Amino acid sequence: MREKASNSYRNLPDDNGRFGIHGGRFVAETLMPLVLDVEKSYHAARKDQSFLSELLYYQKHYIGRPSPLYFAERMTAHFGGAKLYFKRDELNHTGAHKINNVLGQALLAKRMGKTKIIAETGAGQHGVATATACALFNLECEVFMGAEDVRRQKPNVDRMRLLGAKVHAVTSGTSTLKDAMNEALRYWVAHPDTHFYIIGTVAGPHPYPEMVRDFQSVIGKETREQITEAEGRLPDALIACIGGGSNAMGLFHPFLDDEEIEIYGVEAAGHGLDTDQHAASLTGGSPGVLHGNRTYLLQTAEGQIKDAHSISAGLDYPGIGPEHSWLHDIGRVNYVSATDEEALKMFQLCSRLEGIIPALEPSHALAFASTLLPKMAEDKIVVLNMCGRGDKDLEAVLPLLDERGLL
Amino acid sequence: MTNRISQCFEKAASQNRAVLGVFVTAGDPDAQTSAALLDSLVENGADFIELGMPFSDPMADGPAIQAASIRAIKAGMTLQKTLDMAASFRQRHPDTPLILMGYFNPIYIYGRDAFISAANKAGVDGLIIVDLPPEEDVELCDAAREAGLSFIRLVTPTTLGDRLPVVIKKAGGFVYYVAIAGITGTKSAATDSIRSAFTRLREETDLPAVAGFGIRSAEQASEVAAIADGVVVGSALVQKIEDAVSSGDDTKLIADVGTFCASLSAAMQRK
Repeated sequence: MREKASNSYRNLPDDNGRFGIHGGRFVAETLMPLVLDVEKSYHAARKDQSFLSELLYYQKHYIGRPSPLYFAERMTAHFGGAKLYFKRDELNHTGAHKINNVLGQALLAKRMGKTKIIAETGAGQHGVATATACALFNLECEVFMGAEDVRRQKPNVDRMRLLGAKVHAVTSGTSTLKDAMNEALRYWVAHPDTHFYIIGTVAGPHPYPEMVRDFQSVIGKETREQITEAEGRLPDALIACIGGGSNAMGLFHPFLDDEEIEIYGVEAAGHGLDTDQHAASLTGGSPGVLHGNRTYLLQTAEGQIKDAHSISAGLDYPGIGPEHSWLHDIGRVNYVSATDEEALKMFQLCSRLEGIIPALEPSHALAFASTLLPKMAEDKIVVLNMCGRGDKDLEAVLPLLDERGLL
Repeated sequence: MTNRISQCFEKAASQNRAVLGVFVTAGDPDAQTSAALLDSLVENGADFIELGMPFSDPMADGPAIQAASIRAIKAGMTLQKTLDMAASFRQRHPDTPLILMGYFNPIYIYGRDAFISAANKAGVDGLIIVDLPPEEDVELCDAAREAGLSFIRLVTPTTLGDRLPVVIKKAGGFVYYVAIAGITGTKSAATDSIRSAFTRLREETDLPAVAGFGIRSAEQASEVAAIADGVVVGSALVQKIEDAVSSGDDTKLIADVGTFCASLSAAMQRK
């Protein structure tokens, strides 16, 4: 039996920002007044019709929402089995789902009278989205990015600079996303009066996991309408990749109470779950406290945070959003994984069959789809969140595809 | 139970001086040197010790203290070994208050109740857990207080307003004023803002109050000692360890740290 919070899976967090044992506000005292201020302002804004109208305006005219729901006919025929639909958030302005959240938070920052924005970024998609919104709303922008990711995702670094953002290459720790987040939090602590921190995923101290989920839920809300229009009913299964988990939360949340729908979150298994080189916090981690929330983490027996590994910089994070941890604990969502190799094959396959170059992140979701779909009947329907496009990955991926004879 | 923390402040007050607290990370650069450093600090006038529990991702600390954590973890330091180190310190120094400072995750993984019991047994007097604000008191603070450990609160320039009563409600031992808006060791504290902060603090609490974060020299320590009941120096000490380690010559490390500590201690005397 699944444990439900008062007949719905959709009414958390509680007032303390908890999803079951997960979530919370584990931050230094210096940040507490800031976090409480964001919470108060956000809770007021989401009830304010003028804020919501402004958000809707930019979603439609600037991002290009709604993003299409597309029947991937050739992939469906190739896998054989259930019908596969792509929710095409890779067509959003800036090329990924990240902008959905960023526009919401940037409007909130403006409403709070903040003039400067801080963001962390892994793959660079959140950094680019933030730099974009800052250009649009005339806000100063500083992006923290692990030095290793700066190297892996150079085109996005160039984009951010062109958009007017200052990119800080972070060399502490392992020089990846977790270290970028540490540095962004440190910077925020030192600039509490002027700066707003736009967190890019459904993690961090309350209210961030809730707020980012709400801004991303537009993905799932549109999907409900679109699939009903296309098929006359809701889908049988949903699939999305998970690093921190914002695109997945955005797709899943509006469907959580439709219990007949099977939901799959795909973590990055890197070189394999039986190695030390993966980023699957739920399948290979345990609950702990990092970056302001309790959630599943990759950590040692002593509680030191371990390095994550994934070919995809966007999934290369040793934690996961606390709501996913809760959904894992209660069993509402199935968390599975895909390796670097499996994702690489899908990167090529989807490009060849659909003319859509997927980012490495949703390539992980495709890898799981390739095992799930053949097991399902042909009248079943699956929606996969195509949360980003792969242009940013070409430099890293092409040599690997060449080596494997896939070009 | 004797209260080492309040006795320490009372004694200093009677001598018209401020209390000197020093921070070092347990096991930095290695367990043996670290224990010897603690002895040297006490011999050279440190009134209480803040012993850092190493954590891989110390988000409220600057580069010096993060590097110290990484050195200690690499050298094999664990929370269990930190507790063992505390116990052996207590045997050598029965009267010097010892405070464990760090982040919650290693404690959470060790187990809350096991940690509290081990800390008590080791003779630890108080805890400063950076990422446990009052909103998370059920995680550790309530049980630690019940077991007789002082839960020391950080008060920051951003909490001096309406939030101050919330922050110091369950505070024990002393109040630790974070003298800069920022992370440890990054900029210097301004004396004027410390003065007005302490006026505000004393309206709100009878606990002794110390200032730390951003106090780097004996001169600065002397200015702050005129205002606060105590002064904490951390990053400047930890930087000396880093310098010695990176120069490859740590033969004089213990003596150098001792000399620096003695100069800070002398600066505690009010005129």
